[in-house]
Amino acid sequence: MTALRVIAPQVIGFLREMDKGARTGFFLVGGFLLAVFFGPFIVPYSEVEIVGRAFEPSSAAHWLGTDSVGRDLLARILAGGQTTVVISFIATCGAFALGVPLGITAAVLGGWFDLIVTRIVDAVMAFPGLILALVLLSALGTSLFSLLIVMSVLSSTVVFRLTRAVAADVVAMDYIEVARLRGEKMRWFLFREVLPNVMPTLLTEFGLRFVYAAILISSLSFLGIGVQPPNADLGGMVKENSLAVAFGHLSPIMPALALAILAIGINLIVDGLLKRNADLDLHK
Amino acid sequence: MSFRGCVSQNVFGLILEKMAYRSLALLIFKRLASGAVTLFIVSVLIFVGTEILPGDVAQAVLGQQATPKAVQAIRDELGLDRPAVVRYVEWLVNFAQGDLGRSLTNEREVAELIGLRLGKTLFLATVAAIIAIPLSVGLGLLAALYEGRLADKGISSLTLVFVSLPDFLLGYLLLLAGAVYLGWFPVLSRLSETMSFGEQLRVVALPCLTLALVVSAHTMRLTRAAVLSVMNQPYIEMARLKGATRRRIVFYHALPNALSPILNIVMLTLAFLIVGVVVVEVVFNYAGMGQLMIDAVSKRDMPLVQACGLIFASIYVMLNLSADILSLITNPRRRRPK
Repeated sequence: MTALRVIAPQVIGFLREMDKGARTGFFLVGGFLLAVFFGPFIVPYSEVEIVGRAFEPSSAAHWLGTDSVGRDLLARILAGGQTTVVISFIATCGAFALGVPLGITAAVLGGWFDLIVTRIVDAVMAFPGLILALVLLSALGTSLFSLLIVMSVLSSTVVFRLTRAVAADVVAMDYIEVARLRGEKMRWFLFREVLPNVMPTLLTEFGLRFVYAAILISSLSFLGIGVQPPNADLGGMVKENSLAVAFGHLSPIMPALALAILAIGINLIVDGLLKRNADLDLHK
Repeated sequence: MSFRGCVSQNVFGLILEKMAYRSLALLIFKRLASGAVTLFIVSVLIFVGTEILPGDVAQAVLGQQATPKAVQAIRDELGLDRPAVVRYVEWLVNFAQGDLGRSLTNEREVAELIGLRLGKTLFLATVAAIIAIPLSVGLGLLAALYEGRLADKGISSLTLVFVSLPDFLLGYLLLLAGAVYLGWFPVLSRLSETMSFGEQLRVVALPCLTLALVVSAHTMRLTRAAVLSVMNQPYIEMARLKGATRRRIVFYHALPNALSPILNIVMLTLAFLIVGVVVVEVVFNYAGMGQLMIDAVSKRDMPLVQACGLIFASIYVMLNLSADILSLITNPRRRRPK
């Protein structure tokens, strides 16, 4: 309760500051997260049990109908949404764990370290992401671990670029020079001087990277190369039910729509944050 | 002239500086060279990417029930007993000569398999580009010219939605609307030799529209930003203050300066198309390169994966390169050394 009492006013204050779009986004994302993490406790079916015929239309018992083997589609989407969120979150954290320290180190050190890492990152970025993911996954196989590794590495390139650019601006500041003259160690530089000052930019980027990861893993699963059956994320469910679209059943659309709601929500929040930051800069 | 002062000190420096400033050919040559280096690195990445698996390709392709004999057969076929560097050079040389090796799963020449599919994918991408480029550049211009007004807000929020939509959702929605409910287009996009050009267009209409919408959102955002950054320049303000008409400002002052970023964006659109095509082909069961690559990846048919990957990546790199060169040609300011 005390935690709620601390957080609630902050959230409300945050919402007041934001524009209409960001507020909408906040409710979309909040609603989505609540649904996928608490919904499965409320929905009376599990995502694996067969409860009816295949491709039943929506009814009072099955709000969204049933899927290709007769499982409740709503329960499937809630469980699949959870899988998508968790995988995307871990992959994005991986991307930041890889990209941020490298980016800051490259900006602070400069020299050959900077040159080599930047060149490698440029080479990876010269690739269309999905194609590189396909090539790597064909070799590594589609275990969850290799999926996470490939997604993190692909996403970390952008994180590295951004961190390096922002950190380079910070490194040119006077207080960095002061710290240097004080004789501070490398660790101090990275975590005490530079990191706090690149945080705001990185937070908005986290949202964008998360959307990228969610759409990437769903696309891979849709192509049959991501999460493997019997597990399924939202993209995998689109694939499972894809045949139904030919006779007008909505079961492949619904999971994709759920993914779109999450992505639109996050993009709205990020847009609002970016706009607010731009306004703050103008007022200075 | 800023470099007049250094004439007495360093004539060579002056000549070098002038060359760098003037010689477009030299700059283009430099870009081409760096493009070649990128292609080289890309090819290494693809080769190494397919080599990093635990064990080797032969083991991975056959899976767990592999007999030692079968594994050895594939090792011989791919020449896995020789060092990786040798195999890489051979692969690249053969690739340049058009010999892409043989598929592991159905023993056919990779070049033949790709030859059947590449044309279809290019057809799809071309029609999509013909829809996407005027649409996105036009809407982007419109949004930028009416910045902050209803048209801009409408277009901008629509693109935010479209950027967030996964490609397959857009595909299935169009499929549902155009093929299932309205019945205007076939559900499966299968091309055959006997079709007339008009029929072929009807078959690819839905996938092309999907692709066009997928990439348009990105390009529209970029176009809007590019034109806005020009429209906020002091010389546009000046033109407005001296009383130039809106049309004159847009077409005489702004457009020539926005041309370079827009051309750049058009090329990037084409590059986006190359990636989008993979998912769209699977949605519509369109037998192109994208489906071929997906099949190859799920069957772990390494020679085919490598060839498809290299072709997709090369097209992508070359489109980005031509975007860069076009912007050098159209924007003299970019030729000045920093």
